[in-house]
Amino acid sequence: MSSNKKYWKSVEELNENSSIVETLRNNEFVEEIPTDEFLGDKASLSSSSTTRRDFLKYVGFTTAAASFAACEGPVHKSIPYVLQPEQIIPGVADYYATTVFDGYDFANLLVKTREGRPIKIDNNTISGVKFTANARTHASVLSLYDSMRLKEPKISGKNATWAEVDLKVKASLAEAKSKGGQVVLLTNTLASPSTEKLIAEFIALNPTAKHVIYDAVSESAALDAFETVYGERALVDYDFSKAALIVSVGADFLGDWQGGNYSAGYAQGRIPKNGKMSRHLQLEANLTLSGAAADKRVPMSTANQKQALVKIYNTITNSAVATNKIDNEEVVLKAAQQLKAAGSNGVLVCGIQDKNAQLLVLAINQALASQAFTTSGTRQIRKGSNEKVAQLVKDMNTGSVHTLIMSGVNPVYALPNSAEFVSGLKKVNTSVAFSLKEDETALVTTIAAATPHYLESWGDVSITKGAYALTQPTIRPLFNTKQFQEALLSWNGNPAKYYDYLKATASTFISGATWNKVLQDGVFVSAIIPSVSATLANYSAAANALAQSKAVSGLELNLYTKTSLGDGQQANNPWLQELPDPITRVSWDNYVTVSRADADKNGLTNEIVANGGLNGSYATLTVNGITLENVPVIVQPGQAVGTIGLALGYGKKAALKEEMQVGINAYALYKGFNNVQSATIVKGAGEHEFACVQGQKTLMGRGDIIKETTLEIFNTKDAKEWNEVPMVSLDHKEVAATSVDLWDSFDRSTGHHFNLSIDLNACTGCGACIIACHAENNVPVVGKSEVRRSRDMHWLRIDRYYSSETTFAEDNEKKENFDGLFGDKGSLGGFGQMEKAADNPQVSFQPVMCQHCNHAPCETVCPVAATSHGRQGQNQMAYNRCVGTRYCANNCPYKVRRFNWFLYNKNSEFDFHMNDDLGRMVLNPDVNVRSRGVMEKCSMCIQMTQATILKAKNEGRVIKDGEFQTACSNACSNGALKFGDVNDKESQVAKLGEDDRMYHLLEHVGTKPNVIYHVKVRNT
Amino acid sequence: MSSHYEAPIRKPLVIGDKTFHDVTVDVAAPVEGKANKHWWTVFSIALAAFLWGLGCIIYTISTGIGTWGLNKTVGWAWDITNFVWWVGIGHAGTLISAVLLLFRQRWRMAINRSAEAMTIFSVIQAGLFPIIHMGRPWLAYWVLPIPNQFGSLWVNFNSPLLWDVFAISTYLSVSLVFWWTGLLPDFAMIRDRAVNPFTKRIYSILSFGWSGRAKDWQRFEEVSLVLAGLATPLVLSVHTIVSMDFATSVIPGWHTTIFPPYFVAGAVFSGFAMVNTLLIIMRKVSNLEAYITIQHIELMNIVIMITGSIVGVAYITELFIAWYSGVEYEQYAFLNRATGPYWWAYWSMMTCNVFSPQFMWFKKLRTSIMFSFIISIVVNIGMWFERFVIIVTSLHRDYLPSSWTMFSPTFVDIGIFIGTIGFFFVLFLLYARTFPVIAQAEVKTILKATGENYIRERKENKDSHHE
Repeated sequence: MSSNKKYWKSVEELNENSSIVETLRNNEFVEEIPTDEFLGDKASLSSSSTTRRDFLKYVGFTTAAASFAACEGPVHKSIPYVLQPEQIIPGVADYYATTVFDGYDFANLLVKTREGRPIKIDNNTISGVKFTANARTHASVLSLYDSMRLKEPKISGKNATWAEVDLKVKASLAEAKSKGGQVVLLTNTLASPSTEKLIAEFIALNPTAKHVIYDAVSESAALDAFETVYGERALVDYDFSKAALIVSVGADFLGDWQGGNYSAGYAQGRIPKNGKMSRHLQLEANLTLSGAAADKRVPMSTANQKQALVKIYNTITNSAVATNKIDNEEVVLKAAQQLKAAGSNGVLVCGIQDKNAQLLVLAINQALASQAFTTSGTRQIRKGSNEKVAQLVKDMNTGSVHTLIMSGVNPVYALPNSAEFVSGLKKVNTSVAFSLKEDETALVTTIAAATPHYLESWGDVSITKGAYALTQPTIRPLFNTKQFQEALLSWNGNPAKYYDYLKATASTFISGATWNKVLQDGVFVSAIIPSVSATLANYSAAANALAQSKAVSGLELNLYTKTSLGDGQQANNPWLQELPDPITRVSWDNYVTVSRADADKNGLTNEIVANGGLNGSYATLTVNGITLENVPVIVQPGQAVGTIGLALGYGKKAALKEEMQVGINAYALYKGFNNVQSATIVKGAGEHEFACVQGQKTLMGRGDIIKETTLEIFNTKDAKEWNEVPMVSLDHKEVAATSVDLWDSFDRSTGHHFNLSIDLNACTGCGACIIACHAENNVPVVGKSEVRRSRDMHWLRIDRYYSSETTFAEDNEKKENFDGLFGDKGSLGGFGQMEKAADNPQVSFQPVMCQHCNHAPCETVCPVAATSHGRQGQNQMAYNRCVGTRYCANNCPYKVRRFNWFLYNKNSEFDFHMNDDLGRMVLNPDVNVRSRGVMEKCSMCIQMTQATILKAKNEGRVIKDGEFQTACSNACSNGALKFGDVNDKESQVAKLGEDDRMYHLLEHVGTKPNVIYHVKVRNT
Repeated sequence: MSSHYEAPIRKPLVIGDKTFHDVTVDVAAPVEGKANKHWWTVFSIALAAFLWGLGCIIYTISTGIGTWGLNKTVGWAWDITNFVWWVGIGHAGTLISAVLLLFRQRWRMAINRSAEAMTIFSVIQAGLFPIIHMGRPWLAYWVLPIPNQFGSLWVNFNSPLLWDVFAISTYLSVSLVFWWTGLLPDFAMIRDRAVNPFTKRIYSILSFGWSGRAKDWQRFEEVSLVLAGLATPLVLSVHTIVSMDFATSVIPGWHTTIFPPYFVAGAVFSGFAMVNTLLIIMRKVSNLEAYITIQHIELMNIVIMITGSIVGVAYITELFIAWYSGVEYEQYAFLNRATGPYWWAYWSMMTCNVFSPQFMWFKKLRTSIMFSFIISIVVNIGMWFERFVIIVTSLHRDYLPSSWTMFSPTFVDIGIFIGTIGFFFVLFLLYARTFPVIAQAEVKTILKATGENYIRERKENKDSHHE
């Protein structure tokens, strides 16, 4: 219709024959264009300075300009705040207290955020908090920015909305209700009062529902035992600082045993005070962190450990349960006597996954009335039940499970009977997996529900009974994710947000404190710690049963978890993959550890090849009819003969970048959640190329690198004897090497002078400092092949040495007694022998970073003065001045300098977090990312010390001791690393510098380092 | 021109009845003639090696030093080994032309031109390595003390690497001037003989307008003497300074006061070996057997034998001092050198450098051309290993056993080394075809005194020999 509309332009148009209208129609330009006038005016045209050529130039230029203007310029994604939030000041970090519990690791944290991005995990240092971050928790901030995360919910592999997910789940729940099918919530241990409440409400609304708790790495035996005796499914929270004698039977309590997080308490007792320190005896099969720290370590198969445990039980409780004779029986009996003598100052812990063994632990500690063993404030972080999980798999296969809702678990990857689970899953009508990743499980469930990372989530955690901690988001969720709790609320038909629900729940736990206060603190420490009391249990029956348990046939496989990956949740985290195992110093792999005797028997070898890389044989491992081909072998000193070890948590494939798809999935061998299995091992073809950062295993008798002594000598002899100062001859007089000096010293009496103190007694090698250093200093990840070529970039490393004789002292002695080149005592053969580690060696850890020498060898040799000394004692590295001659690294006696062999950021050859926009969000804006061709190294976190100085200056006050920190000293919950200003004579570090145990690494070279070490004292 | 008295026991330095004109013709022949098939073959191989090396260098600079086999513990390996090796080779040229000039050793005249050419070409190869071994070679100019706009940034005069920069650049420039000065009358000779106007033009530019007047000759003699005086300390200083890269460090096996004399002796040793290698071929190919005689080769072999023995004494002294010092790190460093994972490198070095020159005690062997040629190659292999041993075996196991590792070269390491050998031969082969390879003007000054025919003539007319 509208096309017929006529627009009148003038009255003239009414007249059909109007010539004016006709003229106008044919004449677009009413007024004549004066072309003739313009072109005809020859005079002005010829006088014009614009020639035809110029005209063409103008046309050309404007065309070109117009087309260039149409080109897109580079887009820098820098989006300013439209409304600047009051709390966020660019360049100033904000810290939020939060708590992590991912079903495996737990800690009370302070999260550092910059411009709204969480970039670093620190420990919550508020008093009353005792659970600190381990290496994995420190690295968890990078998992937030994992580019392989599940970014939105999926139904049957297709992207969906949350409304669709809710609809589907609700329909399924309704159907289950009407049909009477089982609804199962399969979760990890939650330890979250509000979530547990939600689940209870859910179960109330869905009468066929039940909750099954599943821990990938089970502590079921200890839980069952504790439940039997104390009527509560929980774990003892040991306090090792109260123990003068620790006997561990196969418990790696400095590792992940029963959740770990014991090393801080342990380390307290390990620093000699008033001539006393704790004594630690370890019986174990694999060489663990705890075994490495022990004063005496006895390699022992788990079968023998069981016998040993009964023998100890016999001694402590004056029982006479018949046991088999075992090797090292006298050591065990002696330990039992000592434990008995220690009484309440002793404690026994045990890692055997056997309810009877765990019952004996309770019996022994009860009999000792051990102070370290307390049943108040029990640990809530493991609840899983092996039987219930097994029952669930059965139910699924019989088709009685209608709806399966999973959260925080990956059973398809981690269940030993994964195939059964998958076949059962096919009979489940609707399955939901709440997951960070589209992992093995999320790939086969009906619904893959994307969950936020804990740094994007609300929550509450009760790590120990009576303690209450909050989890708060530190960033708005990056993706279209939904918390499990939020989903439960909507399925329960509760319109509230989880935040409000949480707040309401929290109010019942935080009596006397406000929500805001608890949120700010991160934790609520209750004055009343509930405890449980023991009921009578039949310990002697347990002892008898244990004594009669059979040893496995063939080799005894002991499954364990590695410091770097734990249960394997963060397998796509490049920091963790590149973190060398503290014991083997191998990164990017798991492997079967074999004792030298068993290796020789089976023809398995390890060797260093021409490029310095470590090669190992492949083995075929058979356990219960399951055969794993091409398992790399590490010949492990300290491995009990007849046993082998293999780490869980590797061999993941789903939602992992290709580089991270390393290792062997050992969960397949974890039958019945039993970490001890019978295995056979056969040498396979070919050799595995390891990425091992330390080829030389032993200290070669160089006792001045790690100085150590025994408690007896330490207590009775003069410091000069056990902490010898290197001497040189000056004018035919023996003087201390450091007193001879070619250089004029600077006046260091004014300003700050930083020192870092490292106590070798407190360091357990846990590696938290390494990851903290990575996060703080944007240390690049270089990948497996580069690590193999000795090009790891770690600014801070923890050297691990084995003794070649039974002790390091004997090594030193052997070297001292070398006589001539040849013969029995000849140095030619002698040094060759010393390169090999003993079968059960002593182990020492030594964190090494730039020593910040006051007389730095690196500084004199740089032709362009790119590295020079700071006023505050740091050896500084000016990256943009460095031309990359590497002379400094060659001349560094500590070999702590790291060279950027390639471009490690925005380079697809190094496809780790620095190669994607998301991963780069973790970078610390205070530290620059180094380009290729420059040298880098530890800066003593100068960005942190300068920030402290500026803050104090702004506030017009003196800096207090303890305010100066580095990333490593902050991360070290053991107190092994202490940082501070030695010009402040009252500071802790100044006092540590005066300590008798203090020494400098390679003091005789005369470098005068600002990093100090403390002699390791062993309580042998 | 006077030839001073020649003792009758001296053997003739120019054999085969050469007249002055013969000398001219013989020296000009390779320049004026056409290249034969052999030259083209060798040149093509050298060029191919050079281009391959160039490709490897481009790959290194565009991708990173990570393309080499280095690691966190061994920060230098083939790069600095090659650098020191090439610098060392260069030493013979200066020693022959300057030191032997001052000592009035007339046998040098037949070989000094090529020896100096070798010096310059090998210093060019050497100079490449400090630049390309940098992580960021495009900033190499930062090692020069030039006024800049980076604030008050200046180079670090404490760094031996900076001393290297001065030492090598001084050495290269002095050697170049010295060489060119000697070339002037010879270029003029070629210019004067040239028939092609283009050739004439080129050589007239190269000869700087040499006119052959008495004044020219007088200045020539004076400048030669002054430059010889300047170059002589350089023979000692360059390798002394190169050795300080290691000697001033704190790494056991590097931190050694014996290094300066030991390095200089080693440099002369390897340099003479390289001169032997080159001249044994050249005298044949360019028909210069009359000028570069067996006697020349024998004399060089004696130098090789003596310097080789000095180097041997240095090796043993190092071992002795390591033991005598009582410093365990030092002791282990040397024990590890000889018996550790790189024992084969150490014993290759020992065999090539210490044992093989001892054959030169036998006159029959040292006057055998074939044997001399083989030994000259062996010595150069040995001297390469010496630097490899010093650099890699000291670094790979130093103080903290945790950092001990190994080094293995990649194809890029190898490619660059081969590339420099190719580059060296490209330059040398071009030189052999375009430059007067024997200092003919100088040879002519001694022809009457030491020419075979003149000596014979003198003997025949004992009473009536004229000056």
